[in-house]
Amino acid sequence: MAHTEWKDAPGLPDFSLLKRLARDQLIFLLEQLPGKKDLFIDADLMSPLDRIANVTILKQHEVDKLYKVELKPIFVLMFTDLVNADKVAGRFRRYKIIFTPQKFYACETVLEEQGVYGDVTTDEWNFYILPLDDDILSLELPEFFRDNFLEGDQRWVTTAGSALRLLQSVYGSFSKVYGIGRCAKMVYESWRELMEDGEQRTRQPEFAKVFLVDRDVDFVTPLCSQVVYEGLVDDLFRIKCGSVEFGPDVTSSDKSIKVMLNSQDKVFSEIRNEHFSNVFGFLSQKAKNLQTAYDKRRGMDIQQMKAFVADELKGLKQEHRLLSLHIGASESMMKKKTKQDFQELLKTEHSLLEGFEIRECITYIEEHINRQVSMIDSLRLLCLLSITENGLLSKDYRSLKAQYLQSYGIEHLLTFANLRQLGLLEEQQAGETLTVMESKVGKLVNDKTVGKLTDAFSSLAKKSNFRALSKRLALVPKSGEEYDLRVPRDMAYVFSGAYIPLSCKLIEQVLERDGWTGMEEVTRMLNGQEFAVTEARSKTDAQRIVLVMFLGGCTFSEISALRFLGKERGCRFIVVTTAITNSSRLLEALLDNSA
Amino acid sequence: MTRAKPEDDEYWNSSKFKAFTFDDEDDEFSQLKESKRAVNSILVDEDEDDVERVSWSGEPVGSISWSVKETASSIRSGSEQSFPKIDTTPSLSKQGSGYSLSSLFKEKFRSLQDKLLLLDEAVAVYDGNVITAVSQILFRELMARDVALRHYVHYLKEMGEQKLLVELLKALGRTEDMALMHYKEHLNIKDEGRRRDFLKSCLSLPFSQDDATHVQDHYTLLERQIIIEASDKKADAEIFKKFPRKASILNMPIITTLYYSCFYHYGESEGTFSSPSNIRKTFRISEKQYILTALGARAKLKSWFDVDSLFNTKNWLGYTKKKSPIGFHRVVDILHKNSAPVQVLQEYVNLIDDPDLKLSGALKYKCHDVVINTYRDLKDRQQLIVYREKLERDSPEYRKIQELLNNVQIRWKN
Repeated sequence: MAHTEWKDAPGLPDFSLLKRLARDQLIFLLEQLPGKKDLFIDADLMSPLDRIANVTILKQHEVDKLYKVELKPIFVLMFTDLVNADKVAGRFRRYKIIFTPQKFYACETVLEEQGVYGDVTTDEWNFYILPLDDDILSLELPEFFRDNFLEGDQRWVTTAGSALRLLQSVYGSFSKVYGIGRCAKMVYESWRELMEDGEQRTRQPEFAKVFLVDRDVDFVTPLCSQVVYEGLVDDLFRIKCGSVEFGPDVTSSDKSIKVMLNSQDKVFSEIRNEHFSNVFGFLSQKAKNLQTAYDKRRGMDIQQMKAFVADELKGLKQEHRLLSLHIGASESMMKKKTKQDFQELLKTEHSLLEGFEIRECITYIEEHINRQVSMIDSLRLLCLLSITENGLLSKDYRSLKAQYLQSYGIEHLLTFANLRQLGLLEEQQAGETLTVMESKVGKLVNDKTVGKLTDAFSSLAKKSNFRALSKRLALVPKSGEEYDLRVPRDMAYVFSGAYIPLSCKLIEQVLERDGWTGMEEVTRMLNGQEFAVTEARSKTDAQRIVLVMFLGGCTFSEISALRFLGKERGCRFIVVTTAITNSSRLLEALLDNSA
Repeated sequence: MTRAKPEDDEYWNSSKFKAFTFDDEDDEFSQLKESKRAVNSILVDEDEDDVERVSWSGEPVGSISWSVKETASSIRSGSEQSFPKIDTTPSLSKQGSGYSLSSLFKEKFRSLQDKLLLLDEAVAVYDGNVITAVSQILFRELMARDVALRHYVHYLKEMGEQKLLVELLKALGRTEDMALMHYKEHLNIKDEGRRRDFLKSCLSLPFSQDDATHVQDHYTLLERQIIIEASDKKADAEIFKKFPRKASILNMPIITTLYYSCFYHYGESEGTFSSPSNIRKTFRISEKQYILTALGARAKLKSWFDVDSLFNTKNWLGYTKKKSPIGFHRVVDILHKNSAPVQVLQEYVNLIDDPDLKLSGALKYKCHDVVINTYRDLKDRQQLIVYREKLERDSPEYRKIQELLNNVQIRWKN
């Protein structure tokens, strides 16, 4: 297989330290209220909490009963009801609300307004980073995307900055920081400010380079269907906090099972980055090897059998179990995808990426909508069309929007408003149309002010020209050339050879040039906001580990692409993300069709 | 102890790698099935004591989610004080709140409004100096406020302060946003009658032209759905007894409503709200949309005759011919999904224009005659021989191929 461990890979830092830090802090907070406690946990926190401090540890610190709470952001109402219910029942209890990763102004205001501010103590549990795997760190903040990019709410900027500060304090200073995007810049500045407040550390850094990138620098990649194994599992089964639930169709029994998916699963770690077409072959081969290993038993005597059972059998059984699971998952994926005419869908996506036969693509999308195939997928295709084509023709926009609303519900006009605001799905402007006021003012004021005024008036959306970018960065390999997926030659393999993820390509180029020199054209097309700062010198080995921080989410396809890039360049990438994302999560965050 | 099965050995020795597509059911999928069988045939008789302990719900024992479920089930058994009920109405009570944050912002925005007014007047009289002076300050204020504004709007959204939000947007001149925000409220109204009335009240809001039409449609749709629902709930007609309704039609999208109508009210006159033709006309549904939807509904009911009529058009000479705004391969697909018999499938496969699509369709849906005829027309002897092997020895199709192969008049290309 192409992607097993390579010999001189730089060692990865030990991220379990972060887990221990978080756990210790939580325990400290719990011990502030000595005695038996009932713990109410926000539903979104359950999985991350489980990775940090399991039930045993909680029980050790006098946690009695555990409850799940599903009512964010009106949890405070529930809390108020609880306090009042206790009062009525004559029950006396002390209350503490632990906000994580930090407390916001709004929280206190609500407590105040509800008149329970005096009854409760509040604390912060600075649980910033959850290691999902050896090379993936997550802030578990899926709301980051919508809050920051749609609502323009910058509340999470300091959170991201704090996460960087935490990494720096535990693993040493960064020597170089690169970035692109408005939020990236703010996070960098926030981090710098936080660093100025704290002490200077002189320990040797474990990773020297950091790359910050906004999700909205590259919307195309998360909108594409994923075809690497881990990406497919995420698209079809939803991986949550590094684990996934496989239903009866995968386990071939009447039970579901929840499994951790990380490098500890030896079978998974070998197929996770592989293009799906290679997975079958690999699993078959492994099954064959497994059979051979089992068959060894037939020729054994008692002594040998004993040794076999003692040493090898457990490992083989483990492997057997994992193998069945992944074969079951692959089978299930095949069935689902064949049912959905996946092949035709991919063909349309590839055409859009290439800019080829766009009319046919539009017809395909129209039929997809008319047949009510899938609300999210239809939307996804519309957005992909819009971004790659720099907006839809007015007549197409209106017609497709109308048909979408007819197929999936008129309330989606709210969703369309959101998508337009983000620049994900919009009409082509016939030249830049300025308002009357802008044009009048423009004649009387200098250019700089006009530019800033236009920015101030316009939405958060950016205009970027995907086709020009794609050409300039060679993101779409020439069609007609054979692409051997068994021996991938570049990152495009994560999309079957059709497209190199823009975000990863940018990272590759910047690292190669040690900055943005020579990329002025590209950064202009991405609306600027790029930066490269040298903070300090660092020892050579640290140069080989690069931290990439995605603000707004990162997909498994991008992670696989970066792992591939790392091997090519002789370095390792650590991916830090505000959350793992994919096309479904991205679009679901922008839906406004329910109360 | 199990022995490796002989067919497994054969399989391992002969497997070959081919380029992968998701449509290759025969090859890759069966390869995978083989692997699965092979894996499962290995030692299932060992005891499972080393397998990770998993509870009945699939949660690992000892995890927090498992523990929470345990707590929940013990509560249900009545042994613990039950968790207080929560009133889920989203708006907060407004008593005693200082609205300190809101009043602060109200102040600032009042002055912003003043400045905007000043600017407008200056623009109206083309007073360059004033515009420059004001806009320099304005730009700074706007930049600062732009961010603050967004934060405040988001805060209001989170707190569910609908009325305040609408007012604010109005004050800022963001009329379309305001209209959308107001319209969004309909999602919180559960009762369909009240929701319909609310939608009616939205009609006068300053939507964009397109959105205004959509909201009008939304109102009309719900109004009609209420009427249809009232009448259909009684389920008098035969069809409702044969195919009982699975859900109410209220708040379903237009296309779903059309499907429902094609299913339960097909052929009704245009005069009734429940008829497909009425829905089609009222909501300006295209031919493509209509045919796709009607096809799905009639195919589900196995009304092949109705399906047929959908595609019949008379050309100018008066002959009936079949036409479709959607490719016939698509039609075949839908028919297949509704378990249409092979004769029906075959008829439509024959209508597929593109020869490649036609052949692949015929092969996929086992329309033997079409396959045979295509290969015959292509004069492809080899493929006919290959295909023959897939058929029953004594079937008419098998014999047909035999006859063709024996026909000396055909000049085969291979």
